[in-house]
Order: sequence, then structure tokens, then C-alpha cells
Amino acid sequence: MIQTLAFYLFAAMVIASAALTILARNPVHSVMWLISSFFNAAGLMIIIGAEFIAMLLVIVYVGAVAVLFLFIVMMLNIDFAELRAGFMKNFPVGIAIALVLLAELVLGIGAYRAGALELGVPDGSAAPILGASNIENIGALMYGRYLFLFETAGLILLVAMIGAIVLTHREQRAPRGHQNIAKQIARQPEDAIVNTKPEVGKGVQL
Amino acid sequence: MTAFFQSLGMTYEWAWFTSTIAGILLIALPLMLAVAMIIYVDRKIWAAMALRKGPNVVGPFGLLQSFADGLKVFLQETIIPSAANKGLFLLAPIITFTVALLAWAVIPFNSGAVLADINVGLLYILAVSSLGVYGVVISGWASNSKYPFFSAMRAAAQMISYEVSIGFTLVCVVLWAGTFNMNGIVLAQQGHGLGFVNGFFFNPLLFPMWVVFLISALAETARAPFDLTEAESELVAGYQTEYSSMSFALFWLGEYANVLLMCTLNAVLFFGGWLPPVEWSLLYYVPGWLWLFIKIFFFFFVFSWIKATVPRFRYDQLMRLGWKIFLPLSLLFVVLISGWLMLTRYGV
Repeated sequence: MIQTLAFYLFAAMVIASAALTILARNPVHSVMWLISSFFNAAGLMIIIGAEFIAMLLVIVYVGAVAVLFLFIVMMLNIDFAELRAGFMKNFPVGIAIALVLLAELVLGIGAYRAGALELGVPDGSAAPILGASNIENIGALMYGRYLFLFETAGLILLVAMIGAIVLTHREQRAPRGHQNIAKQIARQPEDAIVNTKPEVGKGVQL
Repeated sequence: MTAFFQSLGMTYEWAWFTSTIAGILLIALPLMLAVAMIIYVDRKIWAAMALRKGPNVVGPFGLLQSFADGLKVFLQETIIPSAANKGLFLLAPIITFTVALLAWAVIPFNSGAVLADINVGLLYILAVSSLGVYGVVISGWASNSKYPFFSAMRAAAQMISYEVSIGFTLVCVVLWAGTFNMNGIVLAQQGHGLGFVNGFFFNPLLFPMWVVFLISALAETARAPFDLTEAESELVAGYQTEYSSMSFALFWLGEYANVLLMCTLNAVLFFGGWLPPVEWSLLYYVPGWLWLFIKIFFFFFVFSWIKATVPRFRYDQLMRLGWKIFLPLSLLFVVLISGWLMLTRYGV
């Protein structure tokens, strides 16, 4: 009973938030609805017993990715009237993308109805370890059966990261603003303070 | 507690529901009281270090000062700036406050005394603490004012930076404990140091991680010396500038609840949680929650001490410390600790 109730609550919230993400007029509100949608998707994950994936969804998407979205949207201060001016121009492209997605959805459901796809011969090596927690199961799979795929994914991310750094890196030409941290830390009070007793009427030469 | 409510003639579902609600109240209400008292303690310690008296007028020794302040803000008028985004402006303090309470669900107060004894307890804490940044960022943007906006930008960058190193220190703890469950982590620390010291801090590989965690916790909760988000000499009051009355109080309570949470995490992850400091059967007569409270109080004292003595960091220093020192250091220790464990515990 309570599972069904929770499922419909979370599912309805995911769909409503996703709809409001594209309907919201203010881009910041839009990101907030996106966050709400991520959050409720994490709730759905918990219902099917995938608590590890739910937590990762919150940590990665809500805690990091969406914060950066919010950051950028706030910084850019997008004028939405200007964006909507190009609505009619991009309308056919949007419709085309929507049609492709709809076709995929229908095809996916149709294929599922026609019988689930058999991916390779089930040899039992990917079967979950009974009695072990979510994390142990995922770990055993990722670092056992799918080790090379997992490491490839890591390498691709590394390449992407290095690419992003190379694209934004600029050689520091002007020395302005550059600070030698080691020099700052090594500085002692004795180097910075001088005790003098100047005679009356005479200044101090620094 | 579910069994107790079942004995009153409830079905299992209702008993579970009632006992969970009772558990939430049992944690949240004393927590609010503790936050009120800890604000008083913070001000007293700060005053003592500055050779002042601190609050001493309301109630005996000024003990009721926080309640007087609370009553004052409760009776104040809530002012919403006309240019503010009203909905988000009011949502921000609620987010901060709620998120500060959420994480307490998985904190073990004693053997078995935990509201939600879930397998992914530590990940849950990481997830919830990563939400804390929203209250600050939204309040800064929704205020539609320059200083709060600057503060929100600072806070977002600061919290994301230090969350990374906090994540890696937690990975080190999890590697050694072999579990994400909070009670499991506490139990893994039993007799950890030479068979009689309870706590991971005694481990030469985990001690540097504790230092990193303590400093990152200061940065994560935006306490001095990392309180750049509310640096009064530059940003008035930071993201709280436009807030008044209860919406301000919610920020305040949430902030201190977060500080208490970080002190608790220090105690639970590195200092043995509800276990006595050393393995001695006589010490087990003292209830576990009391040991935990003593440890939390000790860490809170350290936090106040740092606040009273250390000058504020510059922003570039803060970023350098997070990304160039803590991140490589904690990554190095993740590799070191997993290597050591492979060598000694799991075998090659």
C-alpha cells in the first residue's frame, strides 16, 4: 500500500517537475524544478531498493551538477524575452527532435511488449550476490566483470577533463595579481617589523 | 521502539509510523535546544577569549540569552524587499534549516540508538550536506541585491571545493571501516589504537585525514577563519543581509545545527562516537550518548577557539588550500590507505 502511494507520489512529482522545468519562464526557477525532478527520481530509486544509486544521484546531480547550472544561470542573467524572440525560428527543429524522441519511446515500448531482448548468453556471472548490500554488488560487477569498460569510462572522462583545461588555459603574461605563496608563508614577524627610536623632530628612513 | 508501540496493540505499519515520528521528535527537539544553548556557549567562549563577560543578564549566568533573542526575532516583522523574488526568498531559509536537520537521521547516539540504520549512512550524510549550498545560493540570488549575490557566489565555490576533499577523507574512513553504515564505522574503531584506544585518529594513516576533515568542516560550515560568505568588512552580512525576523533566525539555527553536525561527524568518524575514549570496562558504565556529547562539546570548543583566535583567510588562499593542498593530499591518502589495506588485510 505505502509503496504504491510513494511510487505514485514520486512519479507524479518527477513528471510535474520535468514539465515545469521547460514551462517555467524564469531560468532560475527552471533549474530549481530540474533539481526537484532529480530529487524525486532519487526517491524512485530508493523504492526499487537501489539506495546506492539514489545517493549518488543526489550527490552528483543535485549536489554538484545542478549547483553549477544554477551558478551559470545566475551569472549569465539571461533575458528570457530575447530568447523567446527566436522561438518561431527554432520551432521546426524542436518539433523534429520531439518526434524522434516520441518514435523512440513508442519503438522501445513496442520492443518490450514483443519480448525482452536477450543480451548474450546468461552465464550467471552477472547475477547479484545474495545477502550482500547494494554497494558490494555494484563493486563486484564494476571491478570484476566490467573492469575494462569501467576503466575506459574513466579514461574518457580524464581526456575530457584535460581537454577542458587545455581549452581554457592561458599562459600568464602579465605578472599582476600573481602571488608567491611560499614567500608569504615563510615571512616572519622579524622580517616585517622594525623597532626604531627616532629622535624628536626627525623622521624614520625605511 | 516499534516493538513498544506494537505492544500497545497497534499493527506493525502503524507502530513503525508512530515510532518513526516519535524518533524524529526525540532528535529534533533536543537538537533545537542544543543549538540554542550552543549559541550561548559560543558567545561565552568567544567573550572569555577576548576578556569580556559575554551574555550575563538574561537568566542565571545569561543562560536564557538565546531564548530571549529567539523571542525577539519571533516578534519582529518579516520584511521582504520589493525587488526580491518572493517565493525563492522565503524558500531559501527553509531549505537551509531543513537540510541541517535531515542529516541527523543517521547519526548513532548509542549502540542501536539511531533513527535510520541504513547501509549507505555516510553517503546519505554526504548527499544531504551537498544540499546545504542551495539555501545560501538561492537566498543570495533571490534577494536581488549586490552583497548577498557576491556572498552566494563565494559560498557556492567554497562549498563545492571543500566537499571534494571531505568526500575523499570519508572514503578513507570507509575503506578502513569496510562499511558505509554509521554504527558499523563506530564499532570498527573499537580498540583500534594498540588494542585500547577507541578511534581512528590514533591511526598514523588516518590522522592526517582527520586534520584535513576538521579544516574542511570549518570551510564547509563557513565558520571562521573561512567565513568569507559573511565577511562583514566586505559584504555587510553576506547572504543574510536582506533577511529579518524568523527567516533570519532559520538561517542562524540551520548554521549552528550544521556546525554541531560537523562536530558530531568528527566525533563519530575519527574519535569513536559513543564508545568511551579508551577500552576499559569501567568506562562502559557511563552511557554511550554521554561520551558522544562530551566529544561533540569538545569539538565545538575547538571550533569556537579557532573562531576567536584565527584571522580570516583571503579568498585566493582559501581556494588554494582546497584545490592545491587538500585535494592532492586526500587523493594520495586514498591510494596509500587502499594500498596498505590490500597489503595487510585483504592480501594480494
